[in-house]
Amino acid sequence: MTAGPGSGAVAGDRDLKLSRVTKRFGDFVAVDDLTLTVPEGSFFALLGPSGCGKTTTLRMVAGLEEPTAGRVSIGDQDITGLRPYKRPVNTVFQSYALFPHLAVFENVAFGLRRRGVRGVEERTEQMLELVELREYAGRRPAQLSGGQQQRVALARALINEPRVLLLDEPLGALDLKLRRQMQIELKRIQTEIETTFVHVTHDQEEAMTMADTIAVMNRGVIEQLGAPAELYENPLTTFVANFLGQSNLIMTEVIDPSGHTVVVDCHGQKVAVVASRCHTQQGRGWLGVRPEKISASAAGCEDHADVNVLTGGVVSDVSFVGVSTQYLVRMPWGQELMVFEQNTGTRSPLTNGDQVDLAWSRDHAFLLDAEQDAQAGVVREDDL
Amino acid sequence: MSQRPAPVVDGETARRRGYGWLLLVPGMLWLVVFFLIPTVQLFFTSLYDPSGSYELGYAMTWHFQNYPDAVRDNFDLFVRSFLYAGITTFVCLLLAYPLAYAIAFKSGRWKNFLLVLVIAPFFTSFLLRTLSWSAILSDQGVVTSLLKSVAILPEDGRLLATPVAVIAGLIYNFLPFMTLPLYASLDKVDPRLIEAAGDLYSSPFTGFRKVTVPLSMPGVVSGTLLTFIPACGDYINAELLGTTRQYMIGNRIQAAFLRERDYPVAATLSLLLMLVVVAMVVVYVRRAGTEKLV
Repeated sequence: MTAGPGSGAVAGDRDLKLSRVTKRFGDFVAVDDLTLTVPEGSFFALLGPSGCGKTTTLRMVAGLEEPTAGRVSIGDQDITGLRPYKRPVNTVFQSYALFPHLAVFENVAFGLRRRGVRGVEERTEQMLELVELREYAGRRPAQLSGGQQQRVALARALINEPRVLLLDEPLGALDLKLRRQMQIELKRIQTEIETTFVHVTHDQEEAMTMADTIAVMNRGVIEQLGAPAELYENPLTTFVANFLGQSNLIMTEVIDPSGHTVVVDCHGQKVAVVASRCHTQQGRGWLGVRPEKISASAAGCEDHADVNVLTGGVVSDVSFVGVSTQYLVRMPWGQELMVFEQNTGTRSPLTNGDQVDLAWSRDHAFLLDAEQDAQAGVVREDDL
Repeated sequence: MSQRPAPVVDGETARRRGYGWLLLVPGMLWLVVFFLIPTVQLFFTSLYDPSGSYELGYAMTWHFQNYPDAVRDNFDLFVRSFLYAGITTFVCLLLAYPLAYAIAFKSGRWKNFLLVLVIAPFFTSFLLRTLSWSAILSDQGVVTSLLKSVAILPEDGRLLATPVAVIAGLIYNFLPFMTLPLYASLDKVDPRLIEAAGDLYSSPFTGFRKVTVPLSMPGVVSGTLLTFIPACGDYINAELLGTTRQYMIGNRIQAAFLRERDYPVAATLSLLLMLVVVAMVVVYVRRAGTEKLV
């Protein structure tokens, strides 16, 4: 492997570190005292709604924005004050930012030529091979489709063998089908070359598909950091619970926090939550259950030891979406809960007005601090 | 009757074919009446027998000898015109590029105000502005005495009636024609491309050279054309700021048409100027290769 500019850090110690980084634009705090370590070789996603500071964070790593406070380093090298062209990082820009006056080949060779390394032609050929664009080498970016442009942008960055590859919403401009394809492709390339990828996206599905680790950002801070499954199954905040997938959040009161499971009072019915998923110990708390974890069955079914049951629901809406059926169930306290049922064909579907009990395994709920807004991070259709 | 099958044309296409060309009509008509016919007329005039005169009339003798004669008699004027116009274009480019760059990338909310300033000179007449330059550059003027006091200009030196004054006038008058197209193409350069160049190991200067300059080439080409072509034919600056020794081909044409009333010579020179300029422009545009740019 050819060393990037400024090489010399000890191999294996090339983690990207942000320490107490803050970025202000006038009065607006885009990134607020952020500390983050991205392990070398990982596929890391910064996930959040627009304006949450994820792109600003990425641009500070690229050197396109200067932090108001804090430090950015890769391995032992502090890169906070380094100009972008001196950093061992490369970026795949949101709009690709391909040079319109240069052919695909020259676009890809651009970084190598600027660094004056040898074997530019050969390495460019190889890189074009990797992204399957060899026959397009002589074309201009404007003559390529969106997916092809995306691959040129990727090749143009990767050919420089950066320590960290930054991807700023790289798939945002592609249609759904192509996006799925590119997600798999990106993951394959990342696994193959073992470069650290930092991927900024607002698409939770994209982040969960590709990343090893996701940092969910909101209002300039990281709400929660972890593996996709961990974030999904055990969110720490209502924002994470709502932004990744969908959640039913029910106001409850903690009765007994002492045991292996915490018992809460849910509008007069007792429900148990595994202690490791309780993020509040006393007083009131949001009980969270994912809609697909709940099974709705006709009222009066028996109670099992490991199952929580809420009784007294009435089906108020049924929508059939092919693989599953989505129900809204109105509970005695007036709240409507979502229930997603797989269409396995083993059960006859419920209809409007049916009396149902809702049940879910004790392992599948979480309890969050009641101080938070239950609507935080809810993704509305018109936001996308 | 033709036996060929009628081409299959849907309604939409037929409508386009039917009316699209109509949009060309007004402009074409204008060009035919005010450019094509006069040019043909000019061509015939250039072939009149030179023995005639305005008072006695001219005989059409297809006198092609007018062309070599005109070149021989006015060779130095042609050379001077192209030299002055060339210097003007070059200096305009040097002055306008940083200006247009600053307006496009660095002016922030002052952008529109600065653009208005660039075109502000057009609010007064070209003639009046050039006349005021003759006052500015006059022997008793501020500029001359200032330059003398710092010994850039010798004690008996002058600005007015020198090539410097004529070229300065040309530069002044044509600067907006260089600035505006340059601004238009620089303003279109996506700043993210410059960021991308920086991300790909280009220093700001290399990024400028490899990305900004090539992308602004359409502006450079149209700016230099808009400056060079009219500067070649200009006579006001040489008339007002120079002497006969700074006269350009435009002065000669103007004199031949209006003072001497020697129409064949005037027409011959006009057409020659046009041909040479067109030839130069064709070579230049071919070499600049802007057709590849989006």
